[in-house]
Amino acid sequence: MPLDLTTPGGITLALTPELVLTVWVLVLMLVAAWRHRDAGVQREVGLLTVIGLVSTGLAVAWLWAQGATPVGLPAMMALDGFRFATSLVFLLGALLTVMLSLGYVDRERIQAPEYYVLILLGTLGMMFMAGAADLVVMFLGLELMSVAVYVLAGVNRRSVFAAEAALKYFLLGAFASGFFLYGIALVYGATGTTNLWLIHGRVLELGLGSNVMMIAGIGLLLIGFGFKVAAVPFHMWTPDVYDGSPTPVTAFMAAAVKAAGFAALVRVLHQAFDGLPIWHGAVWWLAVITMVVGNVIALAQRPLKRMLAYSSIAHAGYLLVAVASGSAIGSAAFLFYAVVYTLMTIGAFAVLAAAGTGGEQGVLIDDLNGLATRRPWIAAAMTVFMLSLLGFPGTAGFIGKWYILSAAVDADQRLLAVILVGASVVSAGFYLPPIMAMYMRPAPSAEAHQATRIVGAARWAVGVMAVALLLFGFWPNRALDAARRGGESLRPATLYTLGR
Amino acid sequence: MMREYLSLVLLAVFVIVNGVGMILISHLILPPRPTPVKQTPYESGMPPIGTVRERFSVKFYLVAMLFIVFDIETVFLIPWGVAFRQLGLFGLVEMLVFIVILLVGYAYAWKRGALEWD
Repeated sequence: MPLDLTTPGGITLALTPELVLTVWVLVLMLVAAWRHRDAGVQREVGLLTVIGLVSTGLAVAWLWAQGATPVGLPAMMALDGFRFATSLVFLLGALLTVMLSLGYVDRERIQAPEYYVLILLGTLGMMFMAGAADLVVMFLGLELMSVAVYVLAGVNRRSVFAAEAALKYFLLGAFASGFFLYGIALVYGATGTTNLWLIHGRVLELGLGSNVMMIAGIGLLLIGFGFKVAAVPFHMWTPDVYDGSPTPVTAFMAAAVKAAGFAALVRVLHQAFDGLPIWHGAVWWLAVITMVVGNVIALAQRPLKRMLAYSSIAHAGYLLVAVASGSAIGSAAFLFYAVVYTLMTIGAFAVLAAAGTGGEQGVLIDDLNGLATRRPWIAAAMTVFMLSLLGFPGTAGFIGKWYILSAAVDADQRLLAVILVGASVVSAGFYLPPIMAMYMRPAPSAEAHQATRIVGAARWAVGVMAVALLLFGFWPNRALDAARRGGESLRPATLYTLGR
Repeated sequence: MMREYLSLVLLAVFVIVNGVGMILISHLILPPRPTPVKQTPYESGMPPIGTVRERFSVKFYLVAMLFIVFDIETVFLIPWGVAFRQLGLFGLVEMLVFIVILLVGYAYAWKRGALEWD
């Protein structure tokens, strides 16, 4: 289905998923405002949110199945497999988060139906960010996502740690947005356009490979992205913010927000700056430092929540390896790993949310002792999540890492591949202790783990995530095919020029 | 060639005459009654000199945020009004969508009591 995005009808059809989600946001905001005194409204808004996310997902799938492709002049939104695939990843992350939250907000008495509206708004921002073909639209999506997540981090107003997390995230996030915006300004100064396709054409046309303004602009953009995806050395906020936020929100930040940052990064680097090898070195170093620092510091963490926070930093390093390859296989490997990473990270945080109470900051790895005898199914699910995060064969995490490795080797970056494998070996030092604690140590007392239970929608979510990780680990073919098509769609088919 | 700037010069002259004139007239016709409050630059505003750690109500921020919402609306409406004919029906629909989104936000703030001072 060819769509001319410069006509009103074309752009409306191309934005169907975003429009559907926007309408749901507006409706749910009004429901939350009019009925905020009713006790049942929170649950009702949560269920409507699930329907909203599913209907948006159907709209994305419809566009993808129709084979929507852009024709005519370059527009502000992209219309390719990469956009559809990343949108589905964000919607999946948001859906799983909402399913976890339904029980969690009741347990922690977080009374704000706006919680779900903010998750939807954040998801909308992510979809615009990853689907933008223009740096300004990308920035707007980034801000929409970030502002919603700043508020989500502090949604538990009685917790001092949540307030600290929200303030820290807000200050550093605003700082990072400044870097990002300045980067856009410099890239605009060097190329005369903010459109990604036109930038790609301009770079080749004018030979901007050693243009100082261009290099400075790319550097500032990388710093902005580095903050958002928590790459070392821009990761300082991550442990505190992840630690203080309510656990489902942490899962949302670690999975969906990070995936959105990476999706936009991949689009900018692989689409606009494709002919500009100058960024390869910078991303190479970012990947190496992030993998090493994230994994080594995670070894020293006893609280489970902080361990998972550093684990998410380490995974940002793995994803950066896929970005550094700069090839279509790299973009495809990112897509596949983003799905897998969403499933295993949200799964691990779901088990953490069940194991503790009051923000789950005090849950140590030793507190899982003997969980397998009392709650065998939760322990089994946690084992799948940990093994998948580790990249154990038979789980989807292994296939994802194998795909990233093949992208790195294909791009002739063997040293990076070796460092990735080494970092994965180190990560066994903190992914295996929870499994050991659950299966090989006795429970401290007879009534231990009585309160550890996963109920309602969260039970379904955890079950589906664990099964999906095993399924993708054994039969990854279809998902790999979809990822490959999504990754290849990023390459500009024609060289657009400004036509001077 | 400098003709185009004539209106700008006229504007500047008008502004200066207007400002100076108002001060002059108020000096001429006001009965002189200097009190400490009347001597401050902003008679009905905040005291210009005082401690910086003064606390004021968080409600001011809410009002300021609501003000910005409508300020931005004007910023978008005026250029649209200027290019109304060129933008046509699509521009009208887009503007309506924009205003509906703003209205929903406004309705939310109103319903949750952001406009009530107590």
